Amino acid sequence: MIEEIGRTTEGDLIINVGPQHPATHGVLHLVITLNGETIKKVEPHLGYIHRSIEKMCESLSYRQFIYVTSRMDYLSSHINNHACALCVEKGLQIEVPQRAQYIRVIMDELTRIASHELWWGAMAMDLGAFTPFFHAFRERENITDIMEKTCGARLTMNYIVPGGVMAELHPDFQKDVQRFIQLYKSKFEEYNELVTGNIIFQNRMKSVGVLSKEDAISYGCSGPVARASGVFCDIRKLYPYDIYNKVEFEEITETEGDSFARYLVRLKEMQQSIHIIEQLLGDIPEGDFQAKTKAVLKLPKGEFYQRVETARGELGVYIVSEGGTTPYRIKFRSPGFSNLSALEHMVKGLKIGDLIAAMGSLDLVIPDIDR
Amino acid sequence: MFSLENITRIIHEWLNSHFNPTIALVTEFILVGVASITLFALLGLSLVWMERKVAAVMQIRLGPNRVGPKGIFQTTADTLKLLMKEGLVPDGADKFLFNLAPFIVMIVGMLILAPIAFAKNFQIWDINIGVLYLSAISSLSVIGILMAGWASNNKYSLLGAMRSGAQIVSYELSAGLSVLSIVVMAGSLSIKDIILSQQDGWWIFKAHIPALISFIIFIIAVTAETNRAPFDMAEAESELTAGFHTEYSGMRFALFFLAEYINIFIVCAIGATLFFGGWMPLHIGNWQAFNHIMDYIPSSLWFFGKTLGLIFLIMWFRWTFPRLRIDQLLNLEWKYLLPISMFNLLLMAVVAIKGWHF
Repeated sequence: MIEEIGRTTEGDLIINVGPQHPATHGVLHLVITLNGETIKKVEPHLGYIHRSIEKMCESLSYRQFIYVTSRMDYLSSHINNHACALCVEKGLQIEVPQRAQYIRVIMDELTRIASHELWWGAMAMDLGAFTPFFHAFRERENITDIMEKTCGARLTMNYIVPGGVMAELHPDFQKDVQRFIQLYKSKFEEYNELVTGNIIFQNRMKSVGVLSKEDAISYGCSGPVARASGVFCDIRKLYPYDIYNKVEFEEITETEGDSFARYLVRLKEMQQSIHIIEQLLGDIPEGDFQAKTKAVLKLPKGEFYQRVETARGELGVYIVSEGGTTPYRIKFRSPGFSNLSALEHMVKGLKIGDLIAAMGSLDLVIPDIDR
Repeated sequence: MFSLENITRIIHEWLNSHFNPTIALVTEFILVGVASITLFALLGLSLVWMERKVAAVMQIRLGPNRVGPKGIFQTTADTLKLLMKEGLVPDGADKFLFNLAPFIVMIVGMLILAPIAFAKNFQIWDINIGVLYLSAISSLSVIGILMAGWASNNKYSLLGAMRSGAQIVSYELSAGLSVLSIVVMAGSLSIKDIILSQQDGWWIFKAHIPALISFIIFIIAVTAETNRAPFDMAEAESELTAGFHTEYSGMRFALFFLAEYINIFIVCAIGATLFFGGWMPLHIGNWQAFNHIMDYIPSSLWFFGKTLGLIFLIMWFRWTFPRLRIDQLLNLEWKYLLPISMFNLLLMAVVAIKGWHF
């Protein structure tokens, strides 16, 4: 790596963006080859925040390993936990009570909104506008408050257990969420006024980092990145889990495949999440919030796979069990890794500023890529 | 009525009555130097504080509020910290140029102060080519920035400096042309004459739409020239970390930082002088009573009020707009602003010749 720093034989400039750089939102290291301001090559170097979560999971019980996954994609930690719990439940054939399913899905969607809010602020910050970041946090704060009230933690909630959720909802839960929805709806227009409609912003985002539908599929992109290129890939629609088959929502897709399309997809997705929460919030059924499970869980011998839609795309959990109390092997399919692989294809021949815009629109969370 | 003019006159008379003229003149030089350095420090400190407060208002937060009432001594504390910090010079840097660069940027800021009229008859140097002097000196600051970028021996700095060079050189053109359009109107290059020509109304009102166009172009161009967002290509912290001053620390960094705010003050002062009449009070046609009341407000307040208004405008830009890309930035200048301002200058000349202005 060190030898590469400097100049190539053709006289191109090699620049290290990261691991300490304001635009990478973490310890991602991009080695970019520049001809003037034009990008010739982008090479991501990974592993700066590798904590061997998959290996760690092998020594933890089926109840414990769920919470390690909160630290993968920390912005959709609840959805990661959900995926793991679903996979364990699949193996044990546990029937999750309706009430728990409702709570899980509402929390999923709240997490998704919180994640997209943060992305929205960070995206604008990448492009040099600081103010949206604070506006995004104003709304996001309400979600984290709701989460704190519900389960005591604001970011890595660890609210899910195999068979349901860990605790009963706070009595104020419905009221708080309702208030958040009202606030969000009243502020949403501000987002468009401040950022979406801005001519500079549109010029920076439109036809930058274009990813065609074919490329999005072949790079294995998922989530908003793929949907912006016109790929229908929402796991909530394709392979519904919990009560997603009962709620009605729209799968947002765009056809342009550029950074602006990815931006729009996420913005509209937030509104769909609000729509889902509104449908569920009124009629959370009474009953248990947790199924009766054994104290020590033992998955039968075999292989289990479950995928969910996180805020960034498709997260797959693959468990190989030998029948013991701990998994024999765990593999996570993280959305960020595949989305990052499309970066070089997207930004080749563009300017440095476009690299930042395209990278921002990918919504990378580095611990999710490295695990 | 309070007037800065009286203070200078009293000092001048006292010095001349007690010493021989040469010593009096030298003493006056020293006093002016000390005064302008003090103004520099005060402006730097207060504008940084103002920027942080403006940003706080835009971003729904409080801003600095710990050191002193409403946090007004925050910048003083920050400057003290920067003074005590080690000024690191990176290995492989060109030490001489590296140390020289911040001073060049600073000196340019100081030189530019000379022809600016802060109040009625309160001007360091009423040079008869004032506007020409301003645009000549202001283009020197790019040398300091290029020097800093090159001497740092850092690729981010180099990229930032190159961007800055391209940017300042191009935006100088439309800034110059929009300034010229006012010169055409006033018929003089001297700052004093330009202000006096706005006795019965400021040029932005008197010269119809061409003046408005040239004011808009001027504001865009000087925002770019001072490397402020949305044109902060040279720094672009999400792309180039800190651009040309990535490697600077301690007081050398503070000099760059202060120079940025001094430059903002200066360009806004020029804008206020050319378009809003400098220290000239607001006069409306035949409203005798109104005009008299306006005359009672000290001329220095008029000048600083107008300048601060423009500074607020530029700060407002920074905290609301995203940054442009370098090629979009140059496109904007060469494809839109420059042709428009050239045409506008012609239009202005026609207006001036035909006497269509008020």
